[in-house]
Amino acid sequence: MHKALKIARVMLSVYYAYMVEYRAELVFWVLSGTFPLILMGLWVEAAQGDRFNLTPTELVQYFLAVFLVRQFTVVWVIWEFEREVVEGRLSSYLLQPVDPAWRHFFSHVSERFARLPFAFLLVGLFLLLYPYAAWLPRLDNLLLGLLATALAFCLRFLMQYTFALAAFWIERASALEQFWFLPYTFLSGMVAPLALFPDAVRAAVLWTPFPYLIYFPASLLINRPDHVAQGFAAMVLWSALFWGLNRWLWRQGLRQYSGMGA
Amino acid sequence: MERYLKVLRLFWGTAIAAELEYRLNFIITALISLGGLVGSLFGLFLFYRTGYQFAGWSWEEALLVLGLFTVLQGFSTTLLIPNLNKIVTQVQQGTLDFVLLKPISSQFWLSTRVISPWGLPDVLFGLVMIGYSGDRLGLTWADYGLALLPLTFGAITLYSLWFMLGATSIWFVKIYNVTEVLRGLLEAGRFPIAAYPAAYRVFFTFVVPVAFLTTVPAQTMLHQGGRGWLLASALLAIVLALLANRFWRFALRFYTSASS
Repeated sequence: MHKALKIARVMLSVYYAYMVEYRAELVFWVLSGTFPLILMGLWVEAAQGDRFNLTPTELVQYFLAVFLVRQFTVVWVIWEFEREVVEGRLSSYLLQPVDPAWRHFFSHVSERFARLPFAFLLVGLFLLLYPYAAWLPRLDNLLLGLLATALAFCLRFLMQYTFALAAFWIERASALEQFWFLPYTFLSGMVAPLALFPDAVRAAVLWTPFPYLIYFPASLLINRPDHVAQGFAAMVLWSALFWGLNRWLWRQGLRQYSGMGA
Repeated sequence: MERYLKVLRLFWGTAIAAELEYRLNFIITALISLGGLVGSLFGLFLFYRTGYQFAGWSWEEALLVLGLFTVLQGFSTTLLIPNLNKIVTQVQQGTLDFVLLKPISSQFWLSTRVISPWGLPDVLFGLVMIGYSGDRLGLTWADYGLALLPLTFGAITLYSLWFMLGATSIWFVKIYNVTEVLRGLLEAGRFPIAAYPAAYRVFFTFVVPVAFLTTVPAQTMLHQGGRGWLLASALLAIVLALLANRFWRFALRFYTSASS
């Protein structure tokens, strides 16, 4: 236990140092996630006529929360893992007594801390544009929202890492992520809060993992909790499912791995 | 001029031959485009399903904008991404030297060296969408033809912006993802510009000219908006194209090569 904590601390500080070295790059990654902010404009304009059952204020808050949650759950492990397998660099990591997954995990986590200031700066900018929407989450909602965001990140990481393991068998595993990204974009609540979906679609979507990645944490953060216990249960279940699949694929994949090019 | 055409034919011939080795890729990208199309339609439908309309844009007219966006997306996958996003690698590895030594314009070489057919599904789906909504709106071939003009200007504008951002890698090698910011902002072009609040409209017209990429061509097709927009779009394309060329020459003065 003590050793695990030490490894975690070392990895976090190493990757944090690595991330802040490329601050300009980071700023651009933050700025490239403006999709929710664009949709915010559309929905605020649309909600002016009271035709949708959400007010402009609620929509601004929702999309700012979506933007933040999205910033904290960005995952790119599949591209790195795919390269490591195709170029055979995975071999040297396999010799170390730590599962290579943790290396990726901590590099993502430490990047969150480096990203934090820029993301909040951008949210501040939009609050200047819509000052009436400024809000503070209630303490319990805030804590639950942060927990949900952390879980959403873990789930998304786990899912993408599971797809990444396909790299042992196929050359372009990232195509799987490109597929997966489509329902993630359109069903996670990034284009509109789930309250604005047609009822049948919403009911169906709640059975998929997508709304728990964005909509669920975001609605907690704006003080509109929605079936909290169910949401957490769904996240844990999906995580368990992908964890099992992931470990199984990992064991099968290692047998398949030939260390090409190394 | 003739020499350039010949070179272009050779460039694209070899590029397509190389890409066709990965035929499975074509099916994958076609499926991804189809999925993206369904998603975009769903996104648009969420606005229109309660009877709300983007100010002055019916469902079919909004589909027209989405179709034009999809076509431009295909254009950038075919030409812009495979070429312009590689400028940074050339700078980083110093292989830009070889490009500069060749007896043709380096901007031409960098912008046209490869072509990737993987954008074609998007172009195709976009055209189908335009055809469908144009048919329901009773558009004629003359209307489509007229819209080719602003669409070409839009493509030139897009190329010039992309190229200039790519050229900044001469100074800042580590910002290869700056074009991702542009791509993120271009997403706004999925919807007619009238659908945005005033502050957004100003930003997407004057700062990042998204309005000229999809909304203006759609308006031209529908005979709305007047000639002023068409003129502005031509002017913008010409100015940006000239600027891109100047900017590239200026940037080259600061190029100091690497690892040679």
